[in-house]
Amino acid sequence: MTATALDRREALAPPEPSARARFVRRFRRQKLALAALVYLVLVVLAAALAPLLATHDPLAQNLGSVLQQPGGGHILGTDDLGRDVFSRALYAGRVSLVAAAQAVGVAVVLGVIPGLIAGYAGRKVDAVIMRLTDALMSFPPLILAIAFVGVLGPSLTNAMFVIGVIFAPRFVRLVRGTVLSIREETFVEASRSIGTPTPRVILRHVLPNALSPLIVQISLTAAMAMLAEASLSFLGLGVQPPDASWGSMIERGFRYTATAPWLTVFPGLLIALTVLAFNILGDGLRDSLGREIRRGS
Amino acid sequence: MTEPLLVVEGLEVEFATDRGWVQVLDGVSFTVDRGETVGLVGESGSGKTVTSLTVLGLLPPESARITAGSIRLDGRELVGLPRRKMEALRGDELSMIFQEPMTSLDPAFRVGDQIAEVVRRHRGGSKRAAWARAVEVLSTVGIPHAERRARSYPHEFSGGMRQRVMIAMALSCEPKLVIADEPTTALDVTIQAQVLDLLRAMRDEFGTAVVFVTHDLGVVADICDRAVVMYAGQVVERAGVDALYEHPRHPYTEALLSAMPQLTARSGRLATIPGSTPPAGAMPAGCRFHPRCGHVVDACRDTAVAEHPLAEGGTSRCLRVSELALKGSA
Amino acid sequence: MLRYTVRRVLMMVPLLFLVSLGVFALVLMIPGDPAITIAGENATEAQIDATRERLGLNDPVLVQYAAWAGNALTGDLGSSLFSNESVTGAIAGRFPVTLALTLAAMLIALLIAVPAGVVAALRRGRWQDRGATLFASVGISLPNFWVGILLIMAFALAFPIFPAVGYTPISEGVGAWARGLVLPGITLGTAVAAEITRQLRGSLTDTLQQDFIRTARANGLSGRAVVLKHGMKNAAVPVVTVIGFQVGFLLGGSVIVERVFGLPGLGDLAIRAVLQRDIPMIQGIVVVAALIVMLVNLVVDLSYGWLNPKVRQA
Ligand SMILES: Nc1ncnc2c1ncn2[C@@H]1O[C@H](COP(=O)(O)OP(=O)(O)OP(=O)(O)O)[C@@H](O)[C@H]1O
Ligand SMILES: [Mg+2]
Repeated sequence: MTATALDRREALAPPEPSARARFVRRFRRQKLALAALVYLVLVVLAAALAPLLATHDPLAQNLGSVLQQPGGGHILGTDDLGRDVFSRALYAGRVSLVAAAQAVGVAVVLGVIPGLIAGYAGRKVDAVIMRLTDALMSFPPLILAIAFVGVLGPSLTNAMFVIGVIFAPRFVRLVRGTVLSIREETFVEASRSIGTPTPRVILRHVLPNALSPLIVQISLTAAMAMLAEASLSFLGLGVQPPDASWGSMIERGFRYTATAPWLTVFPGLLIALTVLAFNILGDGLRDSLGREIRRGS
Repeated sequence: MTEPLLVVEGLEVEFATDRGWVQVLDGVSFTVDRGETVGLVGESGSGKTVTSLTVLGLLPPESARITAGSIRLDGRELVGLPRRKMEALRGDELSMIFQEPMTSLDPAFRVGDQIAEVVRRHRGGSKRAAWARAVEVLSTVGIPHAERRARSYPHEFSGGMRQRVMIAMALSCEPKLVIADEPTTALDVTIQAQVLDLLRAMRDEFGTAVVFVTHDLGVVADICDRAVVMYAGQVVERAGVDALYEHPRHPYTEALLSAMPQLTARSGRLATIPGSTPPAGAMPAGCRFHPRCGHVVDACRDTAVAEHPLAEGGTSRCLRVSELALKGSA
Repeated sequence: MLRYTVRRVLMMVPLLFLVSLGVFALVLMIPGDPAITIAGENATEAQIDATRERLGLNDPVLVQYAAWAGNALTGDLGSSLFSNESVTGAIAGRFPVTLALTLAAMLIALLIAVPAGVVAALRRGRWQDRGATLFASVGISLPNFWVGILLIMAFALAFPIFPAVGYTPISEGVGAWARGLVLPGITLGTAVAAEITRQLRGSLTDTLQQDFIRTARANGLSGRAVVLKHGMKNAAVPVVTVIGFQVGFLLGGSVIVERVFGLPGLGDLAIRAVLQRDIPMIQGIVVVAALIVMLVNLVVDLSYGWLNPKVRQA
C-alpha cells in the first residue's frame, strides 16, 4: 500500500466527535427531556429491583382483605383477590417494559436490515421493499395486531412480535434514507473507490450516522409499543393471567370501576407517565440533533 | 407649502436578539414627494428592508419596536396608528413589492383571486367587479391574455411574470406610494430591464411615488430622481441623482460609485468595497464608516457624526464634508 | 384533475392485491392444522375432514386464494364459523356504530385541535403555545381505555351526565344517540386531537413565516383573513395527511373504546371473532378496515389537488 492511499484512509475518519459533543450539550439544555430520562431510569430500576421493593408477594391472594383502599398495610390498596396492588404494579412494570423492549427489538432488526438492503441494492429491490412497507403501513396497526394475535393465539410474545413487525417500516424508511444520503457523500465515495467492502462502509459510515436518528426513533417507538401492549393486554390478547402487565391490571380493575377506582387509576397513571417520558425523551433527543442529521428521521 | 407625500423623521428601530434589544435603525430621515422616485441605496445589512417594513408597519410586533421618530404619509402620522387603521391604508394608499417573486404569491390561490381579494378589501363592491379590476391591472402590467392568465396559479408563471403580478397587486388600488424592495435582484438581467421599464411606465401612468430599494447605483441613475444612501442603519447622504453621481458628498457614496462596474451593466450583485458592514449591536464609535474610509482622520474615530445640511440641498453625514473633494463617476 | 384522479385510483390496485394476499395468508399462518383449529379442539376426525373439505383446504394454495379473492371481489367474504352468519352481513350490521363513533371522535378532535393549533402558532413561545404543546405530548401518551374509564368515573358515576355504557341507535332519538357518543368520542378523539394539534401548530408556524403571508399583509389583508384563509389553506396539506393517518388509528382505537363503553360496533365484532378464532370473520374485518384506510388515503390525496394546485398537473 502506498503512502497516498494511507493518507486517504486517514481522511476517511468517521464523523467528527464534536458532533456528538454538540449533541450532548444541546441535550443537557433540555430540562424536560432530562427529567424524562431520570424518570425512566427510576422506573427501570424499580422494575428490576421489584423483589426488593415489593412489600408483598404479588401473587399472594388474601380473600380476607379484598378491594382495600390505598393506605394502611397496602400503599396502593388491594385488588379483587386481595393481592397487593403496589407489589403487583412493580412486577407488572417488568412485564410491560420487557414487552416494549421486545417489540422495539423486533422492529429494529426487521427494519434495519431491509432498510440497508433497500438503500444499497438496485432500484428494483428498493421498489419492492418500499411497496411492501407501504402495504404494511396501510393496515390500521391495532386491527392488524388483533388479527395476527387472533390467528396465532393470544400471548404476550405473539403480541409483541406482531407489534414489532408493524413498527418495522419506520426503521426501514429511516435507515434507507440515511443510506441514500450517506451514499451521496464524498467520504463514502472515496471509501468505495479504494475498495472498502460494503459491510465496512456500513459499519464505519452508515451506522454511526444513522445512530442518533435511530435512538430517537427507538424512544418514540418504545412509547407506541408500550401503549400497544397495554391495549392488547386490556383486550385480553396480550399477557395471560396470572402474569400481569399494567394494561392487564387495568383490564381486571375495570370491572370494579365504581367500587375500587384505584385498581385502574394507578396502573393507568404509570402507563401514561412512562409513555409520556419516552415521547418527551424522543422529542428532546430529536431537538438535540443537529440539522445535518435530523433530516434522516 | 404642503408637506411631501412621505416624511420619515429620526426613525429608530430596535430588534430583540439573544443579547437583548439591538438598535438597527438610527435616526433615519428622508422625504418622498408626490410622483417622485427615490432610490434607497446601501450594502447588504444597511437597513433598507427594515426601513421599508417600518414605513408599512410590517415589523414583527413581538421582536421589533420603534423607539423614536415619525412617519407621516400625506400628513397623517403612521407611528402608533392603530392596527386596523394601518391595515386599511396598506394596499390602498401605500404598498410594497418584494424581492422574491417566486415565493411572494400564495401558491394555493389563483393570481386573479389574490388581486381581487385586495381590491375588495379596499374598494368593496362585487366579486365580479373586483375580478374585472384584477384582469384590468394584469393587462396593464403587460400580462398577455390577462383574462385567461388571471385564472392561473403562481407556479404557472415565470419569475419575471410573477413580479409583474406582484406589481399589479401593489398597484391595483392605485396607491400614492409604492416601496419596491429590490424588485429585480432575483431576476435575469434581460427580465430585470423589462420590469424596470414597467415600473417606470406605471409610475408615469398612475403618478405613484416610488421608493426604489436597491444595491445597485446603476439602477438608481436609471430611474430615480433622488437617492438616499444608507450605511449601518443610518442615512449617510441624501442628494439629487445627478449631484450624487457627479459630486458625492460622503466617502461611502464615493466608494459605492467607484465599486460600481459600469452604469449600464446591471450585474445585480453589489461590487465590493473592502471591509464589511458592522453587525447591528456592534457599531464602531464615531463615524460608523471610519474603519473602511479612505479619508479617515482622528476626529472620525470618536465623535458620532450628525447629518450636515448641504448648500445645494441634501445632507451628508461626514465630518469632513466641507473639506473633501470626492470623486464622482461621471 | 380527472387524469390525476384516475391515476391515483389505479395506483390502489396493486396495493389492494398485496392487502388481499396478506389477509389470505392469515389462514396459512395458523400454527398446526388450520382445520383442527377451526373445527375446534374436541372435533372428531370426521368433523375435521368435513371442515377441511368445506374450507377447500385440500386444494392447492393458489386455488384457495383465487376462490377467496374471487368471492371477496363480489362482496362475499364467507360466513362465520360459529353463527353461519355471512361476514359481509355482520360487518354491515355493525358498521353504523363504528362509523358514528369514529365521526364523533374526529369531530371532537377537530373542535379541540384547530383552535389549539392556531392559537399555539399565533402565540408561539407564550403560555398558550406551551399549553397546546403540553396537551399534544400528554394526549398521545394516554392509553385511551384509561381515559375512557376516567371519564366514566367522572361523568357517568360521580356526576351522572352521560351514560356509562351502551349505544342508542339514532332511530331512537338523535339526542340520546348523540349523548351516548360524547364520552366514547372524547376517549377516542383525545389522541387524534393531540396529533392534529402538534401538526397544525408546526405547519401553520412555518406557513406564517412564508413570504406570501407578508405580501398579503403588505396589501392590507387583516390578520384574521391572512391566518384563516392563506395560512390555513397552505398549512393544510400536512395536517390533512395526519388526519388521514389518524383514520387507521381511529379504527384500531374503536376496538378498545367499544369494549370500554359496550358499543356493538366493528371492534366488538373483531374481539369476539379473535377470541373465538373465527378466521373468516377476522379476515373480513381486516379487509374492510384496510379498504377504509385506502379509501381515506385516496380522498386525502385528491384533496391535495385542491389544496395545492401544483399537484394537479403532476
Ligand atoms: N428580524 C430581525 N431580527 C434581528 N435583526 C434583524 C432582523 N431583521 C433585520 N435585522 C438586522 O437589521 C439590519 C438591517 O437589515 P436589512 O434587512 O434592513 O438590510 P438590507 O439593507 O435590506 O440588506 P439586504 O440588501 O441584504 O436586503 C441587519 O443588520 C440585520 O441583521
Ligand atoms: Mg433587504
